[in-house]
Amino acid sequence: MTELTLPLTKQQAEQLRAGDSVLISGTILTARDCAHKRIFEYLDKGIPLPLEIEGAVIYYAGPCPAKPGTASGSCGPTTSARMDSFAPRLLDLGLSAIIGKGEMSKEVGKALIRNRSVYFAAIGGAGALYGNCIKSSSCIAFEDLLSEGVYRLEVKRFPAVVAMDCHGGNIYG
Amino acid sequence: MRVINTDIVEQAVYRAALKAGVNLTDSCRRALKSAYEKEGEGAAKFALGELIENSRIAAEKTMPVCQDTGIAVVLLEIGNEIFFEGTPLPEAVNAGVRKAYADGYFRKSVCDPITRVNTADNTPAAIHTEIVRGDKLKLTFMPKGFGSENMSALYMLKPAQGVKGITDAIVETVKKAGSRPCPPVYVGVGIGGTFDGCAYLAKRALTRDIGTHNEREDIAEIEREALRRINELDIGCQGFHGKVTALGVSCEWAPTHIAGLPVAVNIQCHCVRCVKEVL
Repeated sequence: MTELTLPLTKQQAEQLRAGDSVLISGTILTARDCAHKRIFEYLDKGIPLPLEIEGAVIYYAGPCPAKPGTASGSCGPTTSARMDSFAPRLLDLGLSAIIGKGEMSKEVGKALIRNRSVYFAAIGGAGALYGNCIKSSSCIAFEDLLSEGVYRLEVKRFPAVVAMDCHGGNIYG
Repeated sequence: MRVINTDIVEQAVYRAALKAGVNLTDSCRRALKSAYEKEGEGAAKFALGELIENSRIAAEKTMPVCQDTGIAVVLLEIGNEIFFEGTPLPEAVNAGVRKAYADGYFRKSVCDPITRVNTADNTPAAIHTEIVRGDKLKLTFMPKGFGSENMSALYMLKPAQGVKGITDAIVETVKKAGSRPCPPVYVGVGIGGTFDGCAYLAKRALTRDIGTHNEREDIAEIEREALRRINELDIGCQGFHGKVTALGVSCEWAPTHIAGLPVAVNIQCHCVRCVKEVL
């Protein structure tokens, strides 16, 4: 089990191989279907984004509301394949890693290789376990999208498996 | 004649929704444990272990077991001797859902199909009613996540395709879904009926406990054979390869037209959540 502290450097990314189990600590941003659609509208229109893509890790997730006195509600990954058409452009803009669940397209695989980035699979359905790894959470953009907004999460020892690495390795292959 | 005030139904829906959101069914827990024991060392076993731990944390902390607390699917089997008084039944069901999803801190996942604007209270529920004999009301509450719902399919087979065609359709659907619906999956299958009725049968099949079989032996044999073939696909937990791609296959059937053989395959992820109550 490899412990990873974000931000993820290119050198760290190169060490990772599909199938490796990791525990991730640091800052990640959530974004799913609607947030991606809006990020792309901003990019296409040249509107400044309310979040930094360079060096960021995007987690395909939409959390449950947090109960009073807790940092986050349940927050497992959603199906990554729905973000296949968005991921390559964001990786080219400097995204250091993606976290989601399930297979992604060949185009995403190529973008991971050319940018030396990584796709981590979190364990789908483990919402409570991931909610527990989140130490703080705040909505930083698109609050009107409710759970589909962009949340900045501080995570500690967040379990994941390297699904697609920057050498072309793919756990689903 | 038995009079039931729909406030009682609202309260029952509320209780069932709160319970369902944070608890796997007992048969699902057993199936995950058995899958963990069967699986060899590797990423799939690691993931199964984390899923078992997840269900423990969810129950202990009263947290949703999965953040996708689903569209609320509500099946009502209504005894023909019941007279409902009070708020119309669908409104009472939706009121129970609305309150439970707020009080349980569940995610609100229902939106307009075109504008994608969220209804913000997880209503409306998908309500199915059946009229049965007697004076009891049987409520089944099943939150249905969409990672798996998206991978479901309906086939209008030719009658000549028969049992082989049915089994092929089930296996093909799970194969095409691959890692996306959060395997190991639970597969609900409708056989026969009409286009719409067949899909409902598939949904109803998912309300059965995992590991139970249809009382018709020829249908039970389809369940066993489909499960055997699915578990040879080597998709495994989360798509990490392995022996357990499905926890179970349940089929329900209805008579159909002489010209057709509808087969609906409704995929449920490993987070099987279903609460039943008889009023």
